[in-house]
Amino acid sequence: MNLSELRDFLTPKLGDDLVSANLVLDELTLNLRREAIVPVLRMLREDEDCRFTTLIDICGVDYPERAERFELVYHLLSMTKNLRLRLKIAAGETVPVDSVTPVFPVADWYEREAFDMYGILFSGHPDLRRILTDYGFEGYPLRKDFPLSGHVEVRYDDLEKRVVYEPVSLVQEYRNFDYLSPWEGMNRTLPGDEKAG
Amino acid sequence: MADDGLAAQAAASTGNVSRDAAAPGENRFTINFGPQHPAAHGVLRLVLELDGEVVERVDPHIGLLHRGTEKLIEYKTYLQALPYFDRLDYVAPMNQEHAFCLAVEKLLGTTVPRRAQYIRVLYSEIGRLLSHLLNVTTQALDVGALTPPLWGFEAREKLMVFYERASGSRMHSAYFRVGGVHQDLPNKLLADIHAFCEQFPKTLDDIETLITENRIFKQRNVDIAIVDRRTIEDWGYSGVMARGSGLAWDLRRAQPYEVYNELDFKIPVGKNGDCYDRYLVRMQEMRESVRIMKQCLAQMPEGPIMAADGKIAPPKRAEMKRSMEALIHHFKLYTEGFHAPAGEVYAAVEAPKGEFGVYLVADGTNKPYRLKIRAPGFPHLASMDHLCKGHMLADVSAILGSLDIVFGEIDR
Repeated sequence: MNLSELRDFLTPKLGDDLVSANLVLDELTLNLRREAIVPVLRMLREDEDCRFTTLIDICGVDYPERAERFELVYHLLSMTKNLRLRLKIAAGETVPVDSVTPVFPVADWYEREAFDMYGILFSGHPDLRRILTDYGFEGYPLRKDFPLSGHVEVRYDDLEKRVVYEPVSLVQEYRNFDYLSPWEGMNRTLPGDEKAG
Repeated sequence: MADDGLAAQAAASTGNVSRDAAAPGENRFTINFGPQHPAAHGVLRLVLELDGEVVERVDPHIGLLHRGTEKLIEYKTYLQALPYFDRLDYVAPMNQEHAFCLAVEKLLGTTVPRRAQYIRVLYSEIGRLLSHLLNVTTQALDVGALTPPLWGFEAREKLMVFYERASGSRMHSAYFRVGGVHQDLPNKLLADIHAFCEQFPKTLDDIETLITENRIFKQRNVDIAIVDRRTIEDWGYSGVMARGSGLAWDLRRAQPYEVYNELDFKIPVGKNGDCYDRYLVRMQEMRESVRIMKQCLAQMPEGPIMAADGKIAPPKRAEMKRSMEALIHHFKLYTEGFHAPAGEVYAAVEAPKGEFGVYLVADGTNKPYRLKIRAPGFPHLASMDHLCKGHMLADVSAILGSLDIVFGEIDR
C-alpha cells in the first residue's frame, strides 16, 4: 500500500470525521474533526490494513489569526506497512481536546508538552502538569504572542542567598531585523510603477 | 499483604518487631534522585516512590535544561537555526543537523551531491560511535565499573578530533548545511579516518573483555527492564530500544536516506529485550558503523560537496573576488537567508538513540514558522514509570543507563 492508496482506503472509512486529505511532498495529511481524534487513532492503530502502532509525536502549532488558533498535529508511523501519516485537528484556547492517552500511553508526555507550550487543554488526561518549563512558570512560551525574551529572569542574589526572579530588563533591545525586502521577487505592484502589469 | 499481616502477628507474639515485619505502608517512602546525580546522565530529577527497596512509582521531572530551542528557531533564518541542532543531543551533534537539513532540502527540492552524501553518512556513523561509546561505557559506570569509560573516552577523543578537522569544532560543528556540507574533507583526514577504522575494532574487543562477560555487569543488567512488543508500540520506542527486543526496525534500512541503500550493513537485534541485550546491540552496531565508514571511504567519489544552486549555497570565496553575482548572493544569503516555500514536512533520521525527527512548518519566508523537534529520548524517558515499576531502587540507574538519554534533546 502506498500513500495515495492509503488515502483512498481511509477516505470512506473516516466518512464525516475527515475534513480534508492532502498528499503533498510524499506526505499524507488528514484534517479531522476535533471530536473524532480518539476513535480515529484507535481505528488506525488496530485496523489490520493500517497498523499505525507508533505515535511518533504530538505537537501544537499556533495561528493567532484563526478563530480556533491552535492546530494539533499527530505523527503516526506504521512499522509493518512502512508508512507515515499526519493527522491534524483544530483546537482553541478554552475548549479541551480529548486526550489520546487511552490509545497511546506515550501521549501522556506529548500532551503535557503541548499544554505547557501552548496552553491547549486535554480532557481525560491523567496528569496534566507542566513538563518543560520551570516550577511556577506563567504563560505559554511557544505562542506567537509570547515574547522571545520571556517575562522573568533569574539571578543569584548575594544578599538574600538565593535565586531571585525579576522582570526581564534588557540592556539592549532584541534586534529582530526584517530582511524581507518589498523588492523580493518583484511580484508586487509598487505605487507609481506604471511599467508594472 | 496477607503474608505481611501474618508476619506482623508472628513478630508481635514473640515481642520482636523486625524490619521485614513492618505493617504495610510503613516502609514506604519517597526519595528524590537528582537533579545533580552522577547516574542521572545530566540534569534529571526523579521522584521515586518506594516500598522498601521496590520502586512503586517514578515521576521524572524534566526541563531543567530547557533552553527554548524551538522558540529561538522561529526567530532565526534557516542557516542560523542549524547550530541549535548541535546542542540537542550533544554527544552526536551531526546526526541532528542531518535531520534538519533533510527536512529543509525536502521542502526546497534540493538534491545533495554524491560526495556530500557520503560525507554525511561517514560523519553520521562517527556520531553513532561517539554516542554508543559514551552510553555503553557509562552504563558500565552506572553499575560500578570505572575503567570502561576511561577506555571509551580515549576513542571518543580521536573521533572528536575528526569532527574538529572537518568543521573546526569538536562538538558544535555546524558542518552539515542545507544542500551539502560546509567544506570538503582533505585526503589526509580521510586516510586518518581509515586508519582509525582499522584499529577501532580492537578497542571494541578490549572494552568487551571488560564488560560483556563481567559477572557484576551481567547481574545488574540481565533480565532488567524487559521490553516487549506491546511496550514498544505503546511508548513509541525506536532505535536500540526497539531493536534490543528483536524488532529489526532501522530507518537507514526501512526508509533509506542519502546513500544508505547502497551500503552493505547488518541490523543487529537483541533477543530478550533487557538492558543487557541493548548493551550487546549497541556494541554490535558500532562494529557495523565501522563497516559503513570503511565503505564510505572506499566509495566516496570526487566532486562538489554543495548543491550548485546559488540561491541556497554560498559561493566560493575565490569566486566572490571576481563575480558581482557571487558577491550579491553571498550578501543576501548571510543577511536575509534563503526562503523556503510554504508547506510542511517531516524528516527523520536514525540517530544513535532512535528516530530523530524534524517537523517543519514553513510560511514562505526566510524563517521557519514552527519547528518541532522529535527527540528519541523523550518517549523513552516517558516510559520510565512503566519500566521501573516493580524493580529495585538500584535497577533505576541501570535502566536509565540503557535508555540512553541525553538531556540536550529531551529538554530542548
